Amino acid sequence: MTLFDKIWDAHVVTQIKGGRQVLYIDRHFIHEVTSPQAFSGLKTRNIPLYRKEKITATADHNVPTKNQHLPITEPLSKKQVNTLLQNCKDFDIPCYGLGHEKQGIVHVIGPELGITRPGMTIVCGDSHTSTHGAFGCIAFGIGTSQVEQVMASQCLILNKPKTMRITVNGALQKGVTSKDIVLYIISKLTAAGGTGHFIEFAGDTIQNLSMEARMTICNMSIEMGARGGMIAPDQKTFDYIKGREFAPKGIDFENAVAHWKTLKSEDGAIFDTEHSFEASDISPMLTYGTNPGMGIKIEDSIPDTNNKKALDYMGFSAGESLIGKRIEHVFIGSCTNSRIEDLRQVADFVKGKSKAQHITAMIVPGSKKVEKQAKEEGLDKIFEAAGFELREPGCSACLGMNEDKIPEGEYCVSTSNRNFEGRQGPGARTILASPLTAAAVAVEGQIVDIRKFLSN
Amino acid sequence: MEALQKIKSTAVPIPVENIDTDQIIPARFLKAISREGFGENLFRDWRYEKSGNKVDDFILNNPIYTGKILVAGKNFGCGSSREHAVWALHDYGFRVVISSFFADIFKGNSLNNGLVPITVDDATLHLIFEFIENDPNHVFEVDIASQTLKINETHTLHFDIDEYKKECILKGYDDIDYLLSIKDKIEEFEKQQELY
Ligand code: SF4
Repeated sequence: MTLFDKIWDAHVVTQIKGGRQVLYIDRHFIHEVTSPQAFSGLKTRNIPLYRKEKITATADHNVPTKNQHLPITEPLSKKQVNTLLQNCKDFDIPCYGLGHEKQGIVHVIGPELGITRPGMTIVCGDSHTSTHGAFGCIAFGIGTSQVEQVMASQCLILNKPKTMRITVNGALQKGVTSKDIVLYIISKLTAAGGTGHFIEFAGDTIQNLSMEARMTICNMSIEMGARGGMIAPDQKTFDYIKGREFAPKGIDFENAVAHWKTLKSEDGAIFDTEHSFEASDISPMLTYGTNPGMGIKIEDSIPDTNNKKALDYMGFSAGESLIGKRIEHVFIGSCTNSRIEDLRQVADFVKGKSKAQHITAMIVPGSKKVEKQAKEEGLDKIFEAAGFELREPGCSACLGMNEDKIPEGEYCVSTSNRNFEGRQGPGARTILASPLTAAAVAVEGQIVDIRKFLSN
Repeated sequence: MEALQKIKSTAVPIPVENIDTDQIIPARFLKAISREGFGENLFRDWRYEKSGNKVDDFILNNPIYTGKILVAGKNFGCGSSREHAVWALHDYGFRVVISSFFADIFKGNSLNNGLVPITVDDATLHLIFEFIENDPNHVFEVDIASQTLKINETHTLHFDIDEYKKECILKGYDDIDYLLSIKDKIEEFEKQQELY
């Protein structure tokens, strides 16, 4: 039996005709963009909220990343955030709104508060809910009607997805991070390569990654079209969870660990699809086009495939190298790469260096806690000295729903997860990369191979 | 959700492939807090110029083409999973979308909102476009119970729909109605579940 099957089957309430199953949901995260219509649905139909204690709410997509102590100025964003606060008040749900010490990007706060744990089923009206799968749970994004269903019944009616295992073995080159691993995998399997599947990432390369790095991989599993990604929990997972605010304590924790240790795919478990990769083949990665599958190793040139529309949008041509391309913006943030480890990595690299004059370099921490910790560790001073601006937490330029947008036609090397046309603002040109590569680009003002700076 | 059994209507053709949900409803309209009114902004950037003037040659601005059925090119509804795209189509008045391929999540979202996605093969799609081109007043008939799409007196074809979802659409039930009806089973499950 696979890890996925074990958790899924343990949550099936009942079967219904036509093959669908009713799946019980242990934890529901909500945010301001995809919840208002679900709340009003309940209100109009007079349906009570079924299990309010299983919901965690935060404001992240629309929030400004400057002066969060002041009222939001953009009227529609303000209204959406206020609606969330009001709904949470009406239904008695704790809400981590602007300025709250627990506020942050929904996929960053779940793990850091110890709410996300192995063996759970977790949903949120947001596709990158897959991030939580790094803890060995089934976590996936849902539509607003489904948000309402979970509010009403703590269940969803679903067809069970197929399973896929992606194994990565071997040692990574210096300067290659988990972001590069996942961009590499997506470039190999394409943006639709995981369609209909739930992915388990395995192999010693994956096991050797920190929890933060594992989250980056699971986060982007949906960019290959998969329903979600997961990694079997191990000692690192248990150590990460231990002592966190909502984690079980004392004997409860011991019992939980005993159960969590059973959560792995059995030897000989059959997956519908299998892929495997060698870690040594992976270089620092960049995207050159307008979906996350259009990625290359930094030393390679842009392939000549049927991608003219994307290349025109990006202002690139087939056959050229990206190295040396002038970049105007660097964005370090998003639920892919805004955790403390990402910020430390960037700080380590930029310490004693400065960003190139023409670059704007923005760092947006994933949560209030990350921001606080960064300051306690003095990372803010390092960023400031290097000319990087440390903002307040939120989704920010990942999707440009607030004022953090990349101007039309300009290039941004971004640690986020989507390089769609207009994603970071109308006409913005996004190149996805790891935080380490992004930091090096900010310093050089152009695309550069991070390995140049690292001695073996 | 409203119940739907039969739809007899003219159709609006958009023979463009890969229409993504960003085109159906641009991201800037996601800041709304209700489900209503999205129809106004359906295909916003194709329908209106930046100035707010109508784009004359866009099909929804052509009074000759009206109806509850939208016929679109292959891979309709790809991209972002926003349910707002379905709300926009439904709010505008569509109840059926015909294409030769639908993105997975769009299909799921449609069925959850009483918008029936009908997948036909490429040749049939082509034929339907031709029928509309020859006569914009041509009436198509969709019968959910028998899962049939009647193109004309000689062409009637069968389409697939998930058994459970079909019942929901026929009766106007949604998943919530079903889930509330099995509340005791859910409570039973909770009692035996060990949570860590
Ligand atoms: S950071 Fe970006 S990808 Fe993550 S939840 Fe926010 S908008 Fe979505």
